[in-house]
Amino acid sequence: MNAEAVGRAVRRIAREVLERAKAAGAEQSLAFVGIRRGGVHLAERLRDEIGRAVGAVPPMGTLDIALYRDDLSQRGVAPVVGPTDIRFKLEGRVVVLADDVLYTGRTVRAALDELVDFGRPRQVWLAVLVDRGGRELPIAADFAGARLEVPEDEDVQVRWQEEGAAEDAVVVHARRKP
Amino acid sequence: MIGRHRHLIGLEGLSREELLQVLDLAASMKEVLSRPVKKVPSLRGKTVVNLFFESSTRTRSSFEIAAKVLSADAVNWTSSGSSVSKGETLLDTARNLEAMRPDVLVVRHAASGAPNLLARHVGCAVVSAGDGAHEHPTQGLLDCFTLRERLGTLEGRTVAIVGDISHSRVARSDLHAMTRLGAQVRLCGPPTMIPMGVEALGATVHHELRSAVEGADAVVMLRIQHERIGDPLIPNTREYSKYWGLNARKAAEWLKPSAVVLHPGPINRGVELSSDVADGPHSVILDQVQNGVAVRMAVLYLLAGGAPEGARAEKA
Repeated sequence: MNAEAVGRAVRRIAREVLERAKAAGAEQSLAFVGIRRGGVHLAERLRDEIGRAVGAVPPMGTLDIALYRDDLSQRGVAPVVGPTDIRFKLEGRVVVLADDVLYTGRTVRAALDELVDFGRPRQVWLAVLVDRGGRELPIAADFAGARLEVPEDEDVQVRWQEEGAAEDAVVVHARRKP
Repeated sequence: MIGRHRHLIGLEGLSREELLQVLDLAASMKEVLSRPVKKVPSLRGKTVVNLFFESSTRTRSSFEIAAKVLSADAVNWTSSGSSVSKGETLLDTARNLEAMRPDVLVVRHAASGAPNLLARHVGCAVVSAGDGAHEHPTQGLLDCFTLRERLGTLEGRTVAIVGDISHSRVARSDLHAMTRLGAQVRLCGPPTMIPMGVEALGATVHHELRSAVEGADAVVMLRIQHERIGDPLIPNTREYSKYWGLNARKAAEWLKPSAVVLHPGPINRGVELSSDVADGPHSVILDQVQNGVAVRMAVLYLLAGGAPEGARAEKA
């Protein structure tokens, strides 16, 4: 996917989120939470798009799921823990949880566990830029910018301008040996 | 693993990158302490044993809370009322504890080198919670964390450490870590309490409080241990307090307005620190206590987090 396709996908997700929010009477109670790191950029862009459409910028937070991982004792080195920052009350909110790539579903499982430790949102919707298949848990995206079938030995990488890429892109490449 | 290390015995062998790894992680851990639910599942199923051969309410509770916030199980062993008072040796105690399969052993001992001895004989990670006059690594880390929080960085900052440098494990851990992070360290105390040749570790030595604290960005006031008083090292507390104690008058005259005052606790009010300084605007003593939990969470997470075999294989 090139920059144009990424932009189109983000706008389409924003439109769908807004339609569903309107149907649920929840335009004013939307909130966005990005899963670090790639999900944060998707959450920010969705918040900005929807903020423009409803005339008020919804609150936004970030989640770092390192402390909620289920593979800590199988990994050689403990993963780096980044900041989690949720400064608004989740009660009554419809939280759009955003990540760049949905694969096994384990990251989303960890993010849901962490999210509910901050409060009890009215609903949680999952938005991802790319759903690459390969789920190991019963988790599905409510909104996906693209659905790809990617073989297990390949990686999907989202490059964001916010992280220094020349332009946004989604690339699929052979997995680097660890 | 903290960088290349499976254990945390002291800060002397840690590189700048390894120190920053722990301090950066501690900042994320501190955020966890401000959450509505102060618990994360990362060390679920891990056991942390606190083995304290010297009394210490603050450090032991701090390790215990740190373990519990990370969902590890914490078990406390204190020497009084245990088999130690029945004459069991250190290694026997440790081997017995090890048979209960802990993941981390936190050790406080009056003898310098005790944690190091244990690390060579047990399979789990060992963290020193202070050994004799050697080191108190988590105290050194929490002091550095507090200074980074207050001063932004230690690079180019001046820190005065005042008190019984010879017998202080806190001074030694602070000195190693702070100089490694780029601070200028001034050591100050009565000549009887400054080890010979300590300049070789990169510090300057002052015997007058004024010259040590003037222009310093931070002052660490060490606790004067009661057993040293009346001993030839210092005649009495009044004299110590007069020359090396910090009170509001000296602080107002000599300290930079922005300088912070640290103390590892427990404070001898009126001896090394007067109440008006301990509770005054320069003091960051209670921040230190809170930061202690965050720093110990970071240490436990790094040492209990990874699978030791996997880590060894990766390094090989």
